[in-house]
Amino acid sequence: MTTPAPVPALVIEGLTVALPSWSDRRHAVEDLTLEIARNEILCVVGESGSGKSVMAKSILRLLPGPHVRVTGGRILFQGNDILALNDSAMRALRGSAISMIFQEPMTALNPLMTVGRQTDEVFDVHTELDATARRQRVMALFEDVQLPEPERLYNSYPHELSGGQRQRVMIAMALALEPALIIADEPTTALDVTTQAQILRLLKDLQRRHGTAVLFITHDFGVVSEIADRVAVMRQGKLVEVGTVEGVLKSPQADYTRALVDAVPSLIPRHVATAAAPDPILQVDGLSKTYGGRSGLFGMRGRAVRAVDQITLEVGRGRSLAVVGESGSGKSTLARCIIGLETADVGSVRLDGQTISGLSRAEMRPLRQHIQMVFQDPFASLNPRHKVGDIIALGPVIQGVAKSAAWEEARNLLRLVGLQPEAVDRYPHEFSGGQRQRIGIARALAVKPKLIIADEPVSALDVSVQKQVLELLDDLRLKLGLSMLFITHDLRVAAHVCEDVVVMSNGVIVERGPTAEIFASPKHQYTKALLDAVPGKSWLGGARGATADFSISPAVAN
Amino acid sequence: MKSFQQRFFGDIRVIAGLSWLLFVLVFAVFAPFLAPGDPFAIVDKPFIKPFEGYGLGTDSLGRNLYGGLAHGARATLFIAVLGTVAAAAFGTLVGAVAGFYGGVIDACLMRITEFFQTIPSFLFAIVLVAILSPSVPSVVIAIATVSWPPIARVVRGEVLSVKQREYVLAAVIAGQKDLSILVQQVLPNTLSPLIVTSSLLVATAILVESALSFLGLGAPNVMSWGFMIGSGRQFLRDAWWLVTIPGVVILVTVMSINLVGEALNDALNPRLAAL
Repeated sequence: MTTPAPVPALVIEGLTVALPSWSDRRHAVEDLTLEIARNEILCVVGESGSGKSVMAKSILRLLPGPHVRVTGGRILFQGNDILALNDSAMRALRGSAISMIFQEPMTALNPLMTVGRQTDEVFDVHTELDATARRQRVMALFEDVQLPEPERLYNSYPHELSGGQRQRVMIAMALALEPALIIADEPTTALDVTTQAQILRLLKDLQRRHGTAVLFITHDFGVVSEIADRVAVMRQGKLVEVGTVEGVLKSPQADYTRALVDAVPSLIPRHVATAAAPDPILQVDGLSKTYGGRSGLFGMRGRAVRAVDQITLEVGRGRSLAVVGESGSGKSTLARCIIGLETADVGSVRLDGQTISGLSRAEMRPLRQHIQMVFQDPFASLNPRHKVGDIIALGPVIQGVAKSAAWEEARNLLRLVGLQPEAVDRYPHEFSGGQRQRIGIARALAVKPKLIIADEPVSALDVSVQKQVLELLDDLRLKLGLSMLFITHDLRVAAHVCEDVVVMSNGVIVERGPTAEIFASPKHQYTKALLDAVPGKSWLGGARGATADFSISPAVAN
Repeated sequence: MKSFQQRFFGDIRVIAGLSWLLFVLVFAVFAPFLAPGDPFAIVDKPFIKPFEGYGLGTDSLGRNLYGGLAHGARATLFIAVLGTVAAAAFGTLVGAVAGFYGGVIDACLMRITEFFQTIPSFLFAIVLVAILSPSVPSVVIAIATVSWPPIARVVRGEVLSVKQREYVLAAVIAGQKDLSILVQQVLPNTLSPLIVTSSLLVATAILVESALSFLGLGAPNVMSWGFMIGSGRQFLRDAWWLVTIPGVVILVTVMSINLVGEALNDALNPRLAAL
C-alpha cells in the first residue's frame, strides 16, 4: 500500500512565496519541490515559521494577499496547474477535489449553525442532491467518522460538542465529496493526547479506505511516526530532507532533521536513587475547589463543577513532581489554589511546614519569595509595555531589594537562563517564544524561591525549543536545589523532568508514584490509556529507547 | 509589520484630518495675535459680505467674522478637549474599578453607568447647564457628565480581558498590591481603545458645545462657533454666510477628528484593519 502510484496526486515544483518587504526574511517558501502520490500520507514537519502552513495555503490559494503571494513555481494537481486557474474553477476545486482540515475546530465551524446543517451545506453547494438524499449522506459520513448518536449530533451546535467531536465533524466535511487530496494543518495540536490518538487512527483508517492523498502538517515527530508514509522536513521556507518515515526517523540525513528527531522527549523515565525520601517542602492536604453552583445577582444558578476534589500530595525537597492530566482534569486549578490565585473551598497547603492556604494577600506577601510560578503562554505572560529588566526585578523590588541591585541581579539571571544580559533594556516583543519562556523562568527565579510551580511551561513551544527549555529547567533545578511542581498534559515531558508523577482525572488523583514505576506498570485504566495514546509510542520506546539513556544527567544519581 | 508611525502617518485620512486640525489649532493658540482685539467689538457697519472687508465680512452687529472664528476656535476646542479629558479620567476610574474588582462593585457601578446612558444626553446637558448657570466650567461639567459612560464601558471591557492575562497573575504572585497592578500592569495595556474612544468623543463634545451656545446656553462673553451660528440664524436669508461659514468650520473640524480617530483605531489594531 505504501508504494506510490505512478501518477502523483499533487506535484509542487519550485514554489516560491514572497513575504512583504518589511518582514525579516524575503520568502516564506523558497524553491520548494514536493510530490504527493495518490493514497499516501505525506507529513510536512517544521518549526513555527518554517513556511509549512504558507505552503499548504498556497495550494488552496488562501494566502493573505496582496503582500504574501506566489512569485514562482507551479502547483500541479492531477496534471493541471492550480496557480493558473481562474477564480470560479478554483472554487469548484476547493472542497470537492481538495479539502482542508484546520487546527482549531472551534473557530473553523460556524457557531450559529448546527453541525448537521454545516455538513449538509457542502453537498448543497457542490451537488444536485435533494434534501433527503443529502441528509442520508450526512448521516453516513457522521457514522464513518465514528461520531456517537449521529441523529442527535445533527441538530447540535459546535459548542455542545467536545473538541474531538468537533474535529470529527471537520473531517466529515473534508471527506464529504470524496476529495483526491486532503490538507490537514496541525489537526490534532489543539486536542488532548487520548483524543489525538483516536483522531490519528481515524484519519489513517479513512485515508486507507478512500485512497485519498493526505498532506499532513505537524511539528511533532511522534505524530509523524504514527501516521506518515513519507516525511518532508522544512526549515526557513526550504526543503531540508524528504524520505520514507522509516528512513527519516531511523537515519536522518540532514543535521537539522537529526536535531529535530533528537528533540522529541523520550518516554524513558529518568532514574532516581530513592535512598531516603526527603522531607516534604510542599504538603497539600484534602484540597477541594468547586466552581459555580452559587446564585448570581438575579438568582441564576450555574451548574456546580468539582474542579479539584480532595487532593492530597507532597513534593519532596529538591524533587520534581509532575501532575499529569488532560484538559479539564483540574490540574491547573490545583496549581492556582496552591499558589493562592484561587481560594480553595477546603483543605490546607503547607510550604516548608508553614500553612499558606487561607492567608490574606498581605499576609502572603512575605512568603511569595518562597514559591513562584512559570506560566504556559510565553506571549501572554510578559507585560508588553514593560522592559525585561523591570519584569524580572518586580518580585525582588516588592520584597524590598533596591532597584539598581535588582536590575544587576536580573542581568545575572538572564545570563543564567542563557540570554544576553543586555536584554534587560529590551521589550518582550523583541524575543522569540523560547526566549520569552526563559525570561519567564528568570522572573520566577528572581526572588530565590524554594518551590517553582510550572504550569505547562513548554506546551506552547516547538519541540526543539521545548527540549532546550526543559533542559534549562532541569539544570537550574539541580544547580539551585529547587523543588518543582510540574503541571503537564504530556507524559513525555513528565518523563523527562520529573522523578515522581501523579495522574489526575476529573479532579481526583487516580494514580501516583515514581515515574519509572508508573511508566513500567500502570495500574489504573486511565493511566494506561494516557500512556497508550502518546504519539510515536512504539518508535520512542523501541528504536530510540537505547539512545535515550544518554540524556539522563549523572547529577541525578545522588 | 510596518511600524505604528508608518501605518498612521502614511494614511491619507490622517494627513487630511491632521492638516486641518493643525490649522485650527494655530488659530486657537494665536487668536490674540492673528485677530487682535475683542471679538465682540463692533468694528464697522453690519452685513459686509465676505472678501469685501475684514476678510470674511461682518455680522448683524458689525462684528468681525474672522475674529469671531479665530477666538471661537480657542473657546470651542478648549471646552471640548477639557470636557473630554474630564470624561476620560472619570470614565477610566469607574471602568477600571468595575472591571478589576468585579462582583458587586462591578454590578453597582455598571448600573449607575447605564442609568446615565439612558438619559438623552443633549437634554441632560441642557438641564445641567441651566441648573449650574451658563459659564465655561458648567459647560465643561455638562460635557463630561454626558460623555463618560462609553469610556467607562470600553475601559471595563478591556480591563476584564487584560486582568486574566498571565502577566497580571505573575504580578499577583510577585506580591504586587492591587493599586499598583491596576496602574502598572493593567491600565497601560488598555490605552489604545481608550485613546480612540476619547478622540472620537472630542468631536461629539464640539457638537454639544456648539449646540449649547446656539441655544444661548454657552458661556456668556465667550465667542464660540455655536454662538456665531445662533446669532446669525435670524438672517439666514439675507446674510447666509453668517451661519454657513461657522457651520462649515464645525463640520470640517468634527469630520477631521473622526477621520483621525478612525485611522488611529486602524493603526493601533492592524489586524482588524486588514480584514
